[in-house]
Amino acid sequence: MSMKLEHVSYTYMPGTPYEKEALKDISLEIKKGEFVAVIGHTGSGKSTLVQNLNGLLHPTKGNASLDGVDLSGKSNEAKMARGRIGMVFQYPEHQLFAETVYEDIAFGPQNLGLNYEETDARVKDAMKFVGLDFETYAGRSPFSLSGGQMRRVAIAGVVAMNPDYLILDEPSAGLDPGSRDAVFAEVMELYKKRGTAIIMVTHSMEDAAQFAKRMLVVYDGRIIIDGKPGEVFLKEKEQLLKVGMDVPEVYKLADALRDKGLRLPKEITDAKTLLAEIKRRKGLR
Amino acid sequence: MLDITLGQYYPGNSFIHRLDPRTKILATLLLIVAVFLANTAVGYGALCVMVLFIIALSGLPFMLVLKSVKPLLFIIVLTLLLHTLLGQGEHVLYQWKFLKVTEEGVQMGVKMSMRLILLLMISSILTFTTSPIVLTDGIEALLRPFRVIGVPAHELAMMMTIALRFIPTLMEETDRIIKAQTARGADFSSGNLLARAKNMLPILVPLFISAFRRADDLAVAMEARCYRGGEGRTRMHQLAYHAGDAAAFVFAFAMIGLMAFLRWGPNVL
Repeated sequence: MSMKLEHVSYTYMPGTPYEKEALKDISLEIKKGEFVAVIGHTGSGKSTLVQNLNGLLHPTKGNASLDGVDLSGKSNEAKMARGRIGMVFQYPEHQLFAETVYEDIAFGPQNLGLNYEETDARVKDAMKFVGLDFETYAGRSPFSLSGGQMRRVAIAGVVAMNPDYLILDEPSAGLDPGSRDAVFAEVMELYKKRGTAIIMVTHSMEDAAQFAKRMLVVYDGRIIIDGKPGEVFLKEKEQLLKVGMDVPEVYKLADALRDKGLRLPKEITDAKTLLAEIKRRKGLR
Repeated sequence: MLDITLGQYYPGNSFIHRLDPRTKILATLLLIVAVFLANTAVGYGALCVMVLFIIALSGLPFMLVLKSVKPLLFIIVLTLLLHTLLGQGEHVLYQWKFLKVTEEGVQMGVKMSMRLILLLMISSILTFTTSPIVLTDGIEALLRPFRVIGVPAHELAMMMTIALRFIPTLMEETDRIIKAQTARGADFSSGNLLARAKNMLPILVPLFISAFRRADDLAVAMEARCYRGGEGRTRMHQLAYHAGDAAAFVFAFAMIGLMAFLRWGPNVL
C-alpha cells in the first residue's frame, strides 16, 4: 500500500520559449499512514511534485502510481485510484461554488457515484469532523461564512470523499491562529483515527517539526533531504540554511542557550521539552 | 490550459522586436495598403519576398508565422474554390455542367488567397514581436491626437492593459479551480451539451467570484495610489523613435511605391 514516483520529471510548456523543468528525476515512495511534510522555497517544485503524486499532472518522464496502478491512465481503475487521493489546494475556499454548504460538501461523494443515503451520511460526518454544526450551517450559503469557516467547508468537501491519502497545500495560509489550530487538529485526527496518510506542503518549519513524521525538502526540482524532522533539523541545519530554508525557533533558542554554556540534550524538538530541560538544569520546579 | 501562448508574443531582441510600437503598428497598416495595391504576379512575388525578409529580420521561426494562417485556413480554401469554380472568363480550362474553370478564375482565386495569407502573416508578425503591454502603449500614443474629438485614448488603453494583465492571472485561477474540482471527481467531458454546461458551474461560479474580488481589490489599490485618470500622467517607459524606425517607415513607403508603380506605372515587364 503506497504511492510511488519512479524517475519522475515534469516540464511545463515543453517546446516553447517558456519551457521550464520543474521536477528532475524524482523517485519517492509514500506508504499508507505516513505523515509527510514537503517544504521548499516558492518555485522549488513542491506544488508540481504533489500534483504529480495525485495524478492531476502527468509526469513528462517516469511514472506515478498508487498501489501499482498508473495514475495517468484513462481506465476506470486509474480513475478510482485518483479518487482515493484527496487534495486540499491553497486557499481551498476559493473553489466553493454551490448554493448551500450541504451541496458543496456533497459534490465529491456524488462524483464518486454514492447514492443519496451514503452521500448524506458522508456530508454529516464530514461536517461534524470539521466542527460545523449541521443544523446551523448545512442550509446556508458558503459565501456568507467567515474565512475560517469557508476553509473548513472546503476541507470537509475533500474529507467527505474518505481519501486514503490526503494532500494539503499550505492549509494554514491566511488563517488566524485560532482557525489554524482548529484545521491542524482536524488533520491530526484524520491521521490518527482514520489512518489517512497526510502529505502537507508548508513553508513553516514549526508546522513540519510539530506534526510531520517525515520531511522532504525540495530544492530546484529535486528532493535534497528526506528524513525525520527532528534529525533533519539537527543534522542538516547548514544545508537548510544554504537553500534558503530555516530551522524552527526552538532549535535556534536551544543552540543559543548551548552557546551560552547551558548543557542541554540534543533531542529537543519542542518548546515544552526545552522548558522542562531548562528548569531541570537550573533546579527549578 | 496554461499551454496557450498569450497574445502570442514571442520574446526576442531582434531589429523588429526593438522597433517602436507606433512604428510597427503604422508600418503594418502601410504594408496592408501595399498588399491591397498589388495586382500582378510580380507584385505578389515581391510581397512574399518582403514577408520572408521581415521574418528573417525578426528571428521568428518561419513555421510559427505560417501557423497564424491556420484559423482562417477554411476561408482561404473556400475563397480559392469559389473563385476557381465560379469565376467568369474567356479562357475555359475545364467545364462540367454549370461549373466552369477559367484561367481568369484560377488567377483571381490564387490572388485572393495570397492576399489573405499575406495579411495574416504581416499582422501576426506585429503581435509576435510586440508584447501586449507595449502594443497597448503604442495604440494609446497613436490615439492621443483623437482626444479632441472625444476618443478616450487613455481610458481605452488602461482598460486594455488591465484586461491583458489579468488574462494570465485568471487563466491560472481557472487552471487551479479545474484541478481542484477534478480532484473532487468532477467530470467535464462526458454527457450531452446541457449536462456539460451544468458541469461547468463548479468552475464558473468560483471564477466569477474571484474576478469580482480581484477587480474590487485593484480598484481600491489604484485609488489608494491616487489614480484619477490620464490627465497629467507621465509614463515610466517613454516611447521614442530611433534610426531603425525611420528605416522601417522608408521601407514601408517604398513597398507602397513599388506596388503603386506595378499597378499603374508603365508596363515594363
